[in-house]
Amino acid sequence: MARIQRGQKLRHFYIYFVLFLLFLPIFILVAFSFNESKLNVVFTGFTFSWYARLFANPDLLEAFKNTILIAVISTTVSTILGTISAVGLKKFHFRGQALVDKLIYIPIVIPEIVLGIALLSVFTLANLELSFWTVLLAHISFSVPFVVTSVRSTLYALPKNTEEAAEDLGASRWQTFWRVTLPLIMPGIVSGALLAFTLSLDDVVISYFAAGPGTNTLPLYIYSNIKTGISPDVNALTSLMLIITIIILTTSAHFQSKRIASRSRA
Amino acid sequence: MLNPSRVTIPRSVFMRFVKSPDTPKDQPSLFRTLFTLPAIFYSVLLIALPLLYIFFLSFMRSDNYGGILYEFNLENYGEIFDSTYLSIFLKSALIGLATTFICLLISYPFAIFLRGVPEKRRNLIMKLVMVPFLTNSLIRTYGLITLLRKNGVINAGLMATGLISEPLSLMYNNLGILIGMVYTLLPFMILPVCSAVGKVDQNLLDAAEDLGAGKFHKFFKIYLPLTLQGAFNGSLMVFIPAIGFFFIADILGGGRAMIIGNLIKNQFLTARNWPLGAAFSIVLLGITFLLVKAYKKIGGNLDELGGG
Repeated sequence: MARIQRGQKLRHFYIYFVLFLLFLPIFILVAFSFNESKLNVVFTGFTFSWYARLFANPDLLEAFKNTILIAVISTTVSTILGTISAVGLKKFHFRGQALVDKLIYIPIVIPEIVLGIALLSVFTLANLELSFWTVLLAHISFSVPFVVTSVRSTLYALPKNTEEAAEDLGASRWQTFWRVTLPLIMPGIVSGALLAFTLSLDDVVISYFAAGPGTNTLPLYIYSNIKTGISPDVNALTSLMLIITIIILTTSAHFQSKRIASRSRA
Repeated sequence: MLNPSRVTIPRSVFMRFVKSPDTPKDQPSLFRTLFTLPAIFYSVLLIALPLLYIFFLSFMRSDNYGGILYEFNLENYGEIFDSTYLSIFLKSALIGLATTFICLLISYPFAIFLRGVPEKRRNLIMKLVMVPFLTNSLIRTYGLITLLRKNGVINAGLMATGLISEPLSLMYNNLGILIGMVYTLLPFMILPVCSAVGKVDQNLLDAAEDLGAGKFHKFFKIYLPLTLQGAFNGSLMVFIPAIGFFFIADILGGGRAMIIGNLIKNQFLTARNWPLGAAFSIVLLGITFLLVKAYKKIGGNLDELGGG
């Protein structure tokens, strides 16, 4: 019995150790954002000064603003586009549908760098100047498929007769969509949107090719400064971003579970 | 008693006998247009067109000034067999395979041990696995530098405890690239492997145990065959980025370290030979499609790729 328990403890230890390693670089970044020394090497003393410095670094703030704006706009657009595409592809049959169906999977499986240079090439071909807008377009193009697959998985789990029942009772297609389909597939839409948002924040490769010399996003700012050394105001910004995203996630999860709870009671 | 004359047949059921279920109401309408046209525009303009264009470019020629000469030729594909490029392809493949293998090695015990954790806690752990994604991968790589460099946290710690007297070279070499790739891509392996391992029927494991199977047998005869799709899914999501993530090779691999990703990036941004870069990309694309085909062949579902 004691041996089994020790085995259990070791197994739990392994799980938490892997989690710890996944978080370690982030913990270190956060810890060094409070470090007095400019070098991320030894902890010399506690300070908040990097947080104050952060707001005096216009380049970094600009990069941060662009990153967030791109993430928010591309998530919104690709969630809408992905949702109607998933619904449309299931509901209707049209010429070339099989092809569209296949094309939509491509950005999920191909290497990001291939999509990045392909988009760069057509932007150049179309004489589009590389800017904030091209980065935004690129983010939309790689996010949509993830929303489609996420919505599709809930869409196919729906019993077919719910929509038919609504139409039998005289609802128009619009009413059926807004009042029956949409609420039922909402979990898929929300998880697709979260995925799109995370992918946008996480992306380096595609932004790298789609951004012009004038546009800075956080990863590009870090990439251009990483060899010369990065000052801890980046650590400070990272810590702030992490806190904000965790707050957003936990509150959204909280609201979601609350809504589910209230619905199951009703 | 049920009175048969009072039972009404729902219209949808009735219609099914009259027409095939797919055809009704399929005439053009605003509703239909709004739900189909955006998908068509999106997939043609932002996916098909860019990829077809680089396919086209890969058969063109560079004018040596960063421009493109529109003369059809196959030279770019011939250049791939140049020994410098071949060695980069080989090195990329090795790094990709090693990354995939290490991720599998870490994920399986993680997934199997996770079965013993109560459900509520298990869900929390799976959420925590995703959290590092919320920080940009480049920022996390920067965090890794703080840990790995000569005077970094790991070396400082090991020196202080007296385990080593000389700092270890953990970055600016292939080991650095490998650590960076495993660290960045591990969650992509953990998620599908955990979901596959979680679905394995406990009865099978109990039966195997009753029949005297040890841990080794349980893994190779039950877990592995039943979770092959999940493992392949994860391997795909790890291997493909691992040969393309140029920024990790750039930052953790030091100056001369190159993988296919760097090669393509350099052709596009430094050497400015777009046709050659396009040819490399098409080769990469070809490898990807072969892998996806193999995944489908073992019964994999494309919807499950990428955490969908």
